Amino acid sequence: MTLFQALKTDRGGMITLTIIALATVVVPVCNLLVPESNPFHVSTFTMALLGKYLCYGLLAIGVDLVWGYLGILSLGHGAFFALGGYGMGMYLMRQIGSRGVYGNPLLPDFMVFLNWQQLPWFWHGFQWFWFAMLMVILVPALLAFVFGWFAFRSRVTGVYLSIMTQALTYALLLAFYRNEMGFGGNNGLTDFKDILGFSLQADTTRAGLFIASGVALMFGYLSCLYITRSRLGRVCTAIRDQEDRVRFIGYRVENVKLWIFTFSAVLAGIAGALYVPQVGIINPNEFSPLASIEMVVWVAVGGRATLYGAVAGALLVNYAKSYLTVAMPDAWLFALGALFVLVTLFLPRGVTGLLRKKEVA
Amino acid sequence: MTIRFYLTRAWLPLLFLLLSVPPAIAVSGPAAEQQLQQGLARLVHGNFQEKEAAITQIATSSDPKAKEILEALLAGKIYRLKKDNTLVYTARKGAKADIIGVLSGNALGTVKKRAIKKITINNRLRGKLRGQLALIDLHSSDPKQRLAAVNKLIKTLDPASAITLETLLQTEKNTKVREALLTARAIIGLRTDSGERRLQALENLQGNLNPAVKNELTSLIAAEKDKTVRLKAVATLSSIESEIAFYALLEKIFFGLSLGSVLVLAAIGLAITFGVIGVINMAHGELIMLGAYTTYVIQQFMPNSIGLALFLAIPAAFIVSALVGILIERTVIRFLYGRPLETLLATFGISLILQQSVRTIFSPLNRSVSTPAWMSGSLQLNPVLSLTTNRMTILIFALLVFAGLYITLKKSSIGLQVRAVAQNRSMARAMGVKAARVDALTFGLGSGIAGIAGVALSQLTNVGPNLGQSYIIDSFMVVVFGGVGNLWGTLVGGLTLGVANKFLEPWTGAVLAKILILVFIILFIQKRPQGLFPQKGRAGA
Repeated sequence: MTLFQALKTDRGGMITLTIIALATVVVPVCNLLVPESNPFHVSTFTMALLGKYLCYGLLAIGVDLVWGYLGILSLGHGAFFALGGYGMGMYLMRQIGSRGVYGNPLLPDFMVFLNWQQLPWFWHGFQWFWFAMLMVILVPALLAFVFGWFAFRSRVTGVYLSIMTQALTYALLLAFYRNEMGFGGNNGLTDFKDILGFSLQADTTRAGLFIASGVALMFGYLSCLYITRSRLGRVCTAIRDQEDRVRFIGYRVENVKLWIFTFSAVLAGIAGALYVPQVGIINPNEFSPLASIEMVVWVAVGGRATLYGAVAGALLVNYAKSYLTVAMPDAWLFALGALFVLVTLFLPRGVTGLLRKKEVA
Repeated sequence: MTIRFYLTRAWLPLLFLLLSVPPAIAVSGPAAEQQLQQGLARLVHGNFQEKEAAITQIATSSDPKAKEILEALLAGKIYRLKKDNTLVYTARKGAKADIIGVLSGNALGTVKKRAIKKITINNRLRGKLRGQLALIDLHSSDPKQRLAAVNKLIKTLDPASAITLETLLQTEKNTKVREALLTARAIIGLRTDSGERRLQALENLQGNLNPAVKNELTSLIAAEKDKTVRLKAVATLSSIESEIAFYALLEKIFFGLSLGSVLVLAAIGLAITFGVIGVINMAHGELIMLGAYTTYVIQQFMPNSIGLALFLAIPAAFIVSALVGILIERTVIRFLYGRPLETLLATFGISLILQQSVRTIFSPLNRSVSTPAWMSGSLQLNPVLSLTTNRMTILIFALLVFAGLYITLKKSSIGLQVRAVAQNRSMARAMGVKAARVDALTFGLGSGIAGIAGVALSQLTNVGPNLGQSYIIDSFMVVVFGGVGNLWGTLVGGLTLGVANKFLEPWTGAVLAKILILVFIILFIQKRPQGLFPQKGRAGA
């Protein structure tokens, strides 16, 4: 089945993609060309916020691919997201150069502060954008591959796997909090100046990042759509529903799981890399188990096993979070908790599930 | 060299002299008071020689007031009234001074500054005063104070101390203080000229764990010329060092077991909900937190009897957490049986709600729960090994909880029903067991145990809304490592992980040790998905 054919059968996807494509064009235009006095003007703050949501959308697609289609509930996708973010953060740190507080041309500020004399080996190469982008893809992929290699071969499934992924991100959280790791300890990486020579404070750079996020999301969506509608995708669904039977028929279940899991980690890494320059900071909190589990809730709210549902869920939940944490800071965790309970009890197919039921009827 | 010379020459005559003089400590009652008064009377005179004699007289009076007087004298706080030479303590108030009689201890009102004159001392007297103050502690009637004074003395031994030691040894009855005195004497023996005496001293120091002994031996080996003595010293030192290493190992195991017992407490409730009825309860940590807050609340109600409050908190925390647990089971988990991933998400949501409720009710700040007196402090087994009482109590408590739970599951009728439902739900129902009721009770039991764990944890850490969160992953690791559905596995797994953690820590630091343990478990689960003690038979499949 070609991608075009796949798209024709995915009405929700068509709508979602159209909206994203429109937003990718309209939001930067409204920010840059429409004067501030005009009601259609979009402030830079709003654009950065929307750009953040787009990154979350891409991340949600990755989570949905493994949870909705493969039945692996990963509570550790935050780890891949954060690793991608750190890759980008390291590039941005190296770009600061001698403009840091301590003015050291080679070492980032926090290393000077810790009295380090040399750049750690793993910081080499990050002065090149292409190298950093390669790492953004390779490091999460490698982690997912190694973890998956062990986990899927020994047939760790279900809840056990979920707890293991959570332990994975928890271990990384602890590790990245340490100053000795060389990633800035609990302050993380921040104070970025520019990317590829463009100032991060400039509206045009912000718009560029927004467009990049939109394009990445559309690309991620289409690739996941292609995978799920291909033969591989149908094997995935079969594994989700009857893993043993697929194995008996003769498919190498662990290989399928491994490759899909790794691809999903790459998507999360890219999302993280786009996220960091837009929010301007990356710190170990992104590794916290709560952050990872929130991602699962986006997908659950939107409706798993539908890619557009994942995107919609990420946008909805994060919009609610942005709104509630400002309007009623105490209420956010109540709302999030209630969301977990209510969605699992009453909306197992998510918000988009409500719409689809009508479609079928 | 001069030291040894002095010692050998001065030793015998001085000893003789001391034996003939009645020991200072023997003075008591009215005689002591009289001696003190005499001393004070002599202190008034301007002559420093006279004052020195007075100080000795006061110090040896063994009157309880002597120490306070000498300390005040050293600090320059003792004055005399010009009109009648009464000695007074003073506290300045501008041009005037509040005075308190030294002997009577009564406030004598306020006088002009001109009416009083300071009792001056010089450097020689200051040295004398310090020495005498140390001696007073050595003669104190409280054995603990005497022991502390002797241990202080060991650090600053000089030849003059030898005489003091001999005097003290004659009267000392308390075994611990005696031991310390003998150690001090042997250390002085090591510094003598005679090789024989040094050998004898080494013999006496065999297996002595006092840290000063180790230092002394190290410096002796470096300077010793006599070969036999040096060899003996090396042997003694190495035996002492291996003994210290042994106790260090014991201490490490104790700390490991203590950490392990906390893990067991936190995980054992989970072992029931997860292991027996197969429910992933991510809100388990918050049930622990509720237990800790229950302890806090009960202590607020009875601030005067902390110990009793702690005992009351155990059943109270059990009931609170169990009720919340049953509520969760009846309203949410019941509808999600057979869908473990959904259960995980829903219970995680509940954990967020519980956390935020506590934050709203009690504020996000940590609350401190007091520890009763009998639980603070430590048990000093020897100079290098001491076990903190609260950790020991919790270790024992964890074992008791484990035993109680084990007996409940194995011997009681509800335990029988729980096991029956866990093994074969439909068969149990066919036999007339009300499975739904048993589910709720099992969940309540597991939750209640979590509450009890919270009581114990409140004694170790701060009680805050995030208390539970930090234990949930560890608890899952323990349950998974030990083998799901197996209480013994949880016990062994928890204690093993605790000890392993403490043994890794010196090499890697606390955080890295924890990470390594996590990585180890991740790898272990890959190899043995059923854990240390896999369940046998059908239920394990």
